[in-house]
Amino acid sequence: MEPYKKHQSIAALMKRSNVDTDQIIPKQFLKKVERTGFGKHLFHDWRFNDDGSDNANFELNKPTFTGAKILLVGDNFGCGSSREHAPWAIADYGFNTIISSSYADIFYNNCFKNSILPIKVDKQKLAELMDEVAANEGVTFVVDLENQQLITPAGNGLTFDIDPFRKENLLAGFDDIGLTLKHIDKIDQYEEKHKQAYPWLWN
Amino acid sequence: MKKTMYEKIWDSHLVVEAPGQAPLIYVDRHLMHEVTSPQAFEGLRVANRKVRNPHSILATMDHCVPTKNRDLPIADPIAKKQIETMADNCKSNGLNLYDMKNPNNGVIHVVVPEHGFVHPGMVVVCGDSHTATHGAFGALAFGIGTSEVEHVMATQTLPQQKSKTMLIQIDGELSKYTSAKDIALTITGKIGTAGGTGHVMEYAGKAISKLSMEGRMTLCNMAIEAGARAGLVAPDQKTYDYLKGREFTPVGDNWNKALAYWQSLVTDEGAQYDTVVVLNADEIEPQVTWGTSPEQVTGVTGLVPAPNDFDDDIKSEACANALEYMGLTAHTNITDIPVDLIFIGSCTNGRIEDFRIAAEVTKGTKVADNVMAIAVPGSYHVKEQAEQEGLDKIFIDAGWEWREPGCSMCLAMNGDELTVGQRSASTSNRNFEGRQGKGGRTHLVSPAMAAAAAVAGHFVDIRNL
Repeated sequence: MEPYKKHQSIAALMKRSNVDTDQIIPKQFLKKVERTGFGKHLFHDWRFNDDGSDNANFELNKPTFTGAKILLVGDNFGCGSSREHAPWAIADYGFNTIISSSYADIFYNNCFKNSILPIKVDKQKLAELMDEVAANEGVTFVVDLENQQLITPAGNGLTFDIDPFRKENLLAGFDDIGLTLKHIDKIDQYEEKHKQAYPWLWN
Repeated sequence: MKKTMYEKIWDSHLVVEAPGQAPLIYVDRHLMHEVTSPQAFEGLRVANRKVRNPHSILATMDHCVPTKNRDLPIADPIAKKQIETMADNCKSNGLNLYDMKNPNNGVIHVVVPEHGFVHPGMVVVCGDSHTATHGAFGALAFGIGTSEVEHVMATQTLPQQKSKTMLIQIDGELSKYTSAKDIALTITGKIGTAGGTGHVMEYAGKAISKLSMEGRMTLCNMAIEAGARAGLVAPDQKTYDYLKGREFTPVGDNWNKALAYWQSLVTDEGAQYDTVVVLNADEIEPQVTWGTSPEQVTGVTGLVPAPNDFDDDIKSEACANALEYMGLTAHTNITDIPVDLIFIGSCTNGRIEDFRIAAEVTKGTKVADNVMAIAVPGSYHVKEQAEQEGLDKIFIDAGWEWREPGCSMCLAMNGDELTVGQRSASTSNRNFEGRQGKGGRTHLVSPAMAAAAAVAGHFVDIRNL
């Protein structure tokens, strides 16, 4: 995985709540067997008109948000299906940071497997950050994961919380499976006990 | 210390809790379908890793499979490749796959219980959010992403954070024409789609004890629609009777050992939950969603709300957006909403009792003019059982299409879909924008309500039939 580095980037604003993974990546794009190339389908049904042209009314199509790496979005982002195609599409489009007041559990987990930092802030703070972007579209924020700092020009910055294990993995770009396999002896021991206790699962 | 069922399962599956790392928990069963697994197999290949325990895996093909003309090649080349990739991956890794032509084929969460593959107390995962279904057996079952699918294949474990616990206590009794689906939608309406975030739900109370295993599966299936990754029902005699004699259920001495273990899983008297929600089944009426989120739901005697009926700005705006997308006017009677297409099926409501109740409502009727109605059994075994009982004839005589099993219109990946502006009464689980086809308008209901709408051409209160 790519290590997550400190960066300064445009924050794109999507003032919508309960954005589900069917909107992030509609099902017609889930038939591929590869992990790559989903960015061009991100938010497809909102982003494009029926004739395939860009929908000028869709937030991310605003020229002021071109090149944004930070997505500022409403509550309960990523609800619904477990499809990891959602974070694959978000990362492939160019975002590496999401800021919201809450995320659906499975989506939140999936972000960390794809070098995406999902920052949780309280609803009041989210509203302030949204106001700052709305008043000055194209504004850039600094995200410093190492020091858990979000810095904004209008001073709406904050220190955010994140699980230390997940932080370390993002910063180092660690492969989760490699880390787990360091405990292979513990897994073997557990499995031996499991076989003794529940032999019917091993027939 | 007194423990909830969730805490008992968690503690017994904890492999290691290393300092500074997420706890690793052991996974007993891993379920698979064609959409969320190919990239995980590819990851294993690239890293030169193997599937650690092939016996823990059961796979099916369900999302992309056609529900008619199954003997013809799949027309969509990308879907065809995904199906072929699934077959290749299962073959090269020695996995048990019920492919499209297999008599055991069907929707993963319908097929797995039919074979007794999930037992109480297990940890069960699948790259599918409706894995929560298997909580009906008292198993901790939850959806995972594709990277986690790869992780489980390689290590038989998952790094997990412990969840909070939520008790959903349902007192009272359902009436004849209200069902587990109506309980699930009522819960989502009450606590919202984020209400259960970070929690594992346990359903208890008289109304839950009285539910069949199929009903419990419907209820747990939709735990995710209320934000909870998993729902649980304590195992009881119904659970044991259901499991006995199935392919993967233990026999003889092992049955007795298993039973003793299963009985020990029930939440201890006096154990504490982080959150408690209490509902009364007597007050639950048949539910119909009116919006584009499962929390946008009301009883059949209700009205479509107006944005200013909500105090919360976000809910008010969501209501306005939903009304526009759904083509509905505020304060319309639910029973005045016309429907174009009826879908009975999915991992939520594609089991035998769903078709029995729908057939009871359908018997001797005709589908209304300009309405299309399709019945899609959750598996070949459900289909066979229904045909033995003559249910297929009831549907066909009334003008329904009786299809082959698959996920079908629940998420419309296989070509079964709504066209722009078409409105469905659907027994599936999600009414998100475009879920059943771009521009399609979905109303979630129970099988009985869907069958009644097919006859009337609009929603009706089945209690009045």
